[in-house]
Amino acid sequence: MSLEANFEVRENVLVVRLSGELDHHEAEILRDKWKDQMYENPIKHVLLNLESVSFMDSSGLGVVLGRYKEVLQLGGEMVVCSVTPPIQRLFEMSGLYKIVRQAENESYALTALGVAS
Amino acid sequence: MKNVMKVQFSSISANESFARVTAASFIAQLDPTVDELTEIKTVVSEAVTNSIIHGYNNNPNKFVYMECEIDHGEITLTIRDEGIGIGDIEEARQPLYTSKPELERSGMGFTIIENFMDHVEVFSKAGEGTKIIMKKQLITSRTVCN
Repeated sequence: MSLEANFEVRENVLVVRLSGELDHHEAEILRDKWKDQMYENPIKHVLLNLESVSFMDSSGLGVVLGRYKEVLQLGGEMVVCSVTPPIQRLFEMSGLYKIVRQAENESYALTALGVAS
Repeated sequence: MKNVMKVQFSSISANESFARVTAASFIAQLDPTVDELTEIKTVVSEAVTNSIIHGYNNNPNKFVYMECEIDHGEITLTIRDEGIGIGDIEEARQPLYTSKPELERSGMGFTIIENFMDHVEVFSKAGEGTKIIMKKQLITSRTVCN
């Protein structure tokens, strides 16, 4: 099963919706698309929706951390939402929540980032 | 009764999903929980990725070897490569350590493996390759045995 990525710009937020399996193979493909979206659009924040991600490993963490660093350079924030239990465990283990905010769903996350619904 | 599965495949990243699905299919006969299946798939993915990126430096013409043995609900997974080897195993096992920071690696591979498995051993020799042996006793099978 491969990974599908959907990007949408909501005001100054890049919404990234992933679906499928995020491993090393898919992370390398995703990285380039995600980077392009960040530089082609006038955005400040990134919202990552993981609702439909069925598998993720440390390579997936790597690509998320890479974009986190770029969001910081834009003076923005990264929020993750709709995190499933296995990925929640991975994020807690890696300490990701020390730097990235979590929201229950996309709508709460967008509100937290100041986007009018 | 011991039951063994062995497979070898080209060191290309598309085979990472093949490897974890294969291991998951083999252990399905032990009736693992959803969490246990995720843990096995994750550690296979981490170890195979290590062999491809670090052992073989992304050379697609090499092979990764995976062996899975099940015995009374205990799973022993062995993943081996004939790559460059790890100079300092203790350093490589540290959380957040990566020998390839330019590749956006999180450095969490070994940490995840150690968290998800009961017992992990790494054998490596410079220029000869790396072998990782990981063991896990399934909770469901443990209950049945007792």
